[in-house]
Amino acid sequence: MPQPRFPHRHLLGIEGLGPAEIAQLLDLADGYVDQNRKSDRKSGALRGKTVINLFFESSTRTRTSFELATKRLGADAINMQVAASSVTKGETLIDTAMTLNAMHLDVLVVRHPDSGAVHLLSQKVNCAVVNAGDGSNEHPTQALLDALTIRRRKGHLDGLSVAICGDVAHSRVARSNIHLLNTMGARVRLVAPRTLLPAAIERLGVEVFHDMREGLRDVDIVMMLRLQSERMRGSHIASVREYFRFFGLDYDKLKMAKPDALIMHPGPMNRGVEIDSDLADDVERSVILQQVEMGVAVRMACLDALVNGAAAEARR
Amino acid sequence: MKERSAGTINADRAPPGRVAYVNARLLDPATGLDAKGAVLTDGEIIIDFGPGLFAGGVPASVAAVDCRGACLAPGLVDMRVQLREPGEEHKETLRTAGEAAVAGGVTSMVCLPNTDPPIDDVAAVEFVARRARMIGLAKVYPYAAATRALAGEELAEIGMLKEAGALAFTDGVRAIGDALMMRRVLSYAATFGAMIIQHPEEPSLAEGGLMNEGEMATRLGLAGIPAAAEAMLLERDVRLVELTGARYHAAHLSTASGADVIRSAKARDLPVTADTAPPYFALNELAVGDWRSFAKLSPPLRSEYDRRAIVAAIADGTIDAIASDHAPQDQDSKRQPFAQAAFGGVGLETLLAVTLELFHNGHLTLLQTIERLSWAPARLLGLPAGRLKAGAAADLVMFDPDRAWKVDPEANFRSKSKNSPFDGRRVQGKVLRTVVDGRCVFQADD
Repeated sequence: MPQPRFPHRHLLGIEGLGPAEIAQLLDLADGYVDQNRKSDRKSGALRGKTVINLFFESSTRTRTSFELATKRLGADAINMQVAASSVTKGETLIDTAMTLNAMHLDVLVVRHPDSGAVHLLSQKVNCAVVNAGDGSNEHPTQALLDALTIRRRKGHLDGLSVAICGDVAHSRVARSNIHLLNTMGARVRLVAPRTLLPAAIERLGVEVFHDMREGLRDVDIVMMLRLQSERMRGSHIASVREYFRFFGLDYDKLKMAKPDALIMHPGPMNRGVEIDSDLADDVERSVILQQVEMGVAVRMACLDALVNGAAAEARR
Repeated sequence: MKERSAGTINADRAPPGRVAYVNARLLDPATGLDAKGAVLTDGEIIIDFGPGLFAGGVPASVAAVDCRGACLAPGLVDMRVQLREPGEEHKETLRTAGEAAVAGGVTSMVCLPNTDPPIDDVAAVEFVARRARMIGLAKVYPYAAATRALAGEELAEIGMLKEAGALAFTDGVRAIGDALMMRRVLSYAATFGAMIIQHPEEPSLAEGGLMNEGEMATRLGLAGIPAAAEAMLLERDVRLVELTGARYHAAHLSTASGADVIRSAKARDLPVTADTAPPYFALNELAVGDWRSFAKLSPPLRSEYDRRAIVAAIADGTIDAIASDHAPQDQDSKRQPFAQAAFGGVGLETLLAVTLELFHNGHLTLLQTIERLSWAPARLLGLPAGRLKAGAAADLVMFDPDRAWKVDPEANFRSKSKNSPFDGRRVQGKVLRTVVDGRCVFQADD
């Protein structure tokens, strides 16, 4: 494994990372993909280190993925699930941070329902902080694993046309992906009803479509987003059947994309709401399970880079 | 065939052959044509028209209709009609409304979704379209609900309803009062390129009100609805149109301040249009008289100052279209103490004659008058109607703009309900013949 040269103390978002830094994380992750496919999947890159997963929002796949990544790097992993609603925010968040900080951690992996909460926490601790999703702001490791999945299938990111479809307004995955894909030279389109798009989103350098067929025309990648159930009836869309009809991905709409276009979804899926069930399982088109596999490797790369990278070197 | 004192309805579906309408004063507001001439229809469509047509006589193979100098114009397009079917067939049905429409020169009408059940799903849209086709009188196009069950709480399936044929979306006689809901309705509609039509009246100010707020209401002891209720909701909606970019139409403007809001929105090139209805430029709050429930309308009849402002707004184009705002109510609903009487008045059969008052009084030219009643609403709704054009549907109205008559709903109206605010009014302008898809569906006696 090459020595990572990652000059940041924390990984709080994709915004602010340069193309070389992103490419280097993906290169590092590529190596971990190979390692994870061997019978001995462990490395000692983080031997003797301690990583705490601090989740203020329920999560199965992201937390498991981080835990596995931590253990495969040889570090100790501890999970803390905190119900955000039961704590008074702000002061308690900082108190929690200070308490954990006193335990001499190396990395704190944090998910929080409020945008910016992970940034606030990162200012209070001495260890590295990884944002595992904060509100509707960013989910950087998801964007990195999406990029790795695409790069391994298409060979590159630059010049690709990527359609991100669905509930962009409430999606941290969409924001991180927009930043990453734009940074890496891909062209990003958004496909959604206006009620699911945040204001001024086109200022982030994307092209907006309300007609899914138009939005999918000749794209290389179709990224579907999960529609939260509380938004399904009446408030942001009229009904699930209307949503699926106009904004659900099915074989018919997919015909507008390139013949070898890949389908991605950050999971968990609502089958029959944002994506046709057969299509989600179609191994020819769907890379949804590869995304999960890449997730572990990308998180290993991020932990490795933060603990052993340039910033960490400088810190010592 | 159905006989009435004032003319004959004909719903026969027999396809017509070639018909020549000669000795007519042709009016086509889309092109500004106003000249003596003829129109030739073949089957369902217009195939030729113009001043020189049949100058040398009509060939024997073509049936000739001598218009004897009467006006021949595109059939009227009435963009705001309540049909009451399904659910309140004792007030009006698609058939009685269809008869009233063609007797009034209306060849296309657009109905509100406030039926029972409301038009908020695809099946209801298709029901109205199918029933109207079977009846074969005026063409009927539905609006669909903007919110589910017109309740103002959840978005209706605007995408699917538009595909099924809904022309635009509205909660009918109810305003969408909640600002967040209206924002989402407009955003969601803009997604599908759909238009939202608002009943512009701030609900919390109108709640419990019975007539225009002012001296008249005070003397009668009736709760008032302030004119500001209209302008306030329009002001808010215009802000939301700016925010969402949605296509917005304000129905039945009744106030000077409301017209000012639309005028300034148009000056800023916002996608905003408006209509009004004859009561708001031909009557004022004095028509309520001594608690006359036929003059209980929504929005209420306003002050003379407002009435004059509505006339001016029609003349300067701030108000694009004039619709009948046909709202049939049966005796049980109207023969009540004013407070308990239902809102609304029938209007299909007086639409042309009362609107022609704007021409007779010198506010509009005859062409402009017809434009507000046909080409303007057709254009803003995207309907293939309202034009004299080769290849267009042969939907025509022949009328004498000067012929006087007296509004007598009990004797003459085909509408099942007789609640006209113009009851007893002497008007000028009579529909002589109405043609839908080339078929003569109404012919006046004489």
